[in-house]
Amino acid sequence: MGAWFADNGLLLGLALLDGLASAALIFLVAVGLNLVFGVLRVLNIAHGSLFAIGAYTAAGLGAALGSGALPAWAALGVLILAAALVGAVLGPLIERLLLRRIYAEENVLQLLVTFALFMMLEDVQKLVWGVQPVHHDAAMRLFGTFDVPFGSDFIPFTAYQLFVLPGIAVLVLVGLVWFLRSTLSGRMIVAVTTDREAATAIGINADRVYLLTFTAGAVLAALGGALASPTAAIVPGVGASTIVLSFAVVATAGLGRIEGAALTALMIGLGRSVAVYFFPEAEVLIPYLIMVAVLLVKPQGLFGTLETRRI
Amino acid sequence: MTHRREALLALLFALAVLAAAFAAPWLRFVLTLALAKGIAALGVMLLLRAGQVSFGHAMFVAFAAYAVAFLAGRVGDALLLLPLAMLLTSLLGLVIGLFVARYREIFFGMLNLALSMVFYSLLEKFYSITHGTDGMRVPAVTWAGMATERVGGEWAVLVAALVLAIGFALLARLYLASPLGEALQGIKTREARLEFMGLPPRRVLLVAYVLSAAMAGTAGALIALTTRHVTPLMGYWTASGELVFIVILGGAGGVLGPFLGAVAYELVRVYAAASVADAWQLILGAVLLAVILFARGGLFSLLRGRRA
Repeated sequence: MGAWFADNGLLLGLALLDGLASAALIFLVAVGLNLVFGVLRVLNIAHGSLFAIGAYTAAGLGAALGSGALPAWAALGVLILAAALVGAVLGPLIERLLLRRIYAEENVLQLLVTFALFMMLEDVQKLVWGVQPVHHDAAMRLFGTFDVPFGSDFIPFTAYQLFVLPGIAVLVLVGLVWFLRSTLSGRMIVAVTTDREAATAIGINADRVYLLTFTAGAVLAALGGALASPTAAIVPGVGASTIVLSFAVVATAGLGRIEGAALTALMIGLGRSVAVYFFPEAEVLIPYLIMVAVLLVKPQGLFGTLETRRI
Repeated sequence: MTHRREALLALLFALAVLAAAFAAPWLRFVLTLALAKGIAALGVMLLLRAGQVSFGHAMFVAFAAYAVAFLAGRVGDALLLLPLAMLLTSLLGLVIGLFVARYREIFFGMLNLALSMVFYSLLEKFYSITHGTDGMRVPAVTWAGMATERVGGEWAVLVAALVLAIGFALLARLYLASPLGEALQGIKTREARLEFMGLPPRRVLLVAYVLSAAMAGTAGALIALTTRHVTPLMGYWTASGELVFIVILGGAGGVLGPFLGAVAYELVRVYAAASVADAWQLILGAVLLAVILFARGGLFSLLRGRRA
């Protein structure tokens, strides 16, 4: 063990830091998916496409504004702005035109509708941004690197992945929990989730709650994509892998659970990046192995309760 | 539709396929693919009867296709390869079915999607075994011991596909009319009632799942024998989406529906897909949405399990 650690310790350290950064991104997307499902009871398969569109838009906006010459915080602001734009435009559009028609329908039908939307959006990306990888890493370069002390060594790691990504993820988690528990709008969302009819009866506009929640979910997906865009090139197909990965997180945590999603994202993010360094071929398997193992033991997910699992 | 009329329609359909293949040789390839996809779509339709939709059935198609590609060198005869691929795929279907039959609706659909994405990545990543995205060539095979040249081989696969399509359509019809098949609708409406009647819903769904995997496997083997080249893309989510699309498009006409849907789909695809390659999924998605939102008759008669 000691000898192994001496040889591979640095690699493990690097894997853990990488895992932390990717867990932050996974969390942002998964929590959006979870929030939307918790309130609308619709699993939005096109959620992954919103991630991809957020990433493309952020890269495009960054390039257009020349964010390489801006201060680091402004470059980060550009990413967040892109995400907000994507979510605020596409979110209401999808909710109003599509989802509103199918709330009363069977689950299978809802799945088919969001799957059809997913098919369409995947091609929209190809038509708008082409099939070549898109890369714009100004925001990450501007934040520079940070030497993480590791035993007698240092691991140079980008400050963007080390501080900015996990920081934003924590802010979103705390903000979301605070919003749902302590603000009037948040309480209204919880009320509609618990009992739509009773909530409507006491004067809550359920339609508005649905619209706001879906838009918030769309912004979170796009934010995940926008923040991921400086760390890796965006390629076609990223939407599909994102939706399955975030579904794995949500299923493992238990549908409708927000804090649980954070812990699960951390587990899956770390597991995956350790695999990248030590068993690269198994990388894609790890999230699903974790999910299958959890589901076999606890079908309702780690944090789900039996009655919330209506599936 | 009465038995008689459906049988007549199936006969007409089979004759039309043969006539078209005879009149236009290039159609043989297209029609074989269409029949194969129709068989796979029929399997997806069985699950839809139970109110479950799988976004990952192309995994079984790709699995069987790769099985054929690996085994064709050793087992050189198509009449052995087809049942072998079907059997192996059924076994995979049983293993995966034991897991996914515990879940319904969202979980069922998404778990199938996730598993198929994993399978796709594995095909892509294990380059030393599968040659990654380059895919693998399928060696020439014999039919009942006879070596066939190009045209003869094409006819052989087409006829095999037609026979298998008719066989599976009959099997699906019998199955859906049997108590086990009728129970599928029970899963959709209320599972508890099935349990009260002493039918374990999980096992009811598992039977349908294994059947659907076998059908997808047959389709995969036929496609591998036709295209003579298999790639991971056969198991990508777009291929699974295609199957769902075919079922929804052609679904209402009972067991014939998937085949009519598949032929219509393949013919349009041959003409249109090349010119709008980057917008193909966009068009499919839009049509799917239009069918679901505005042309509900077709879809709903299927989803509610009514006989057309």
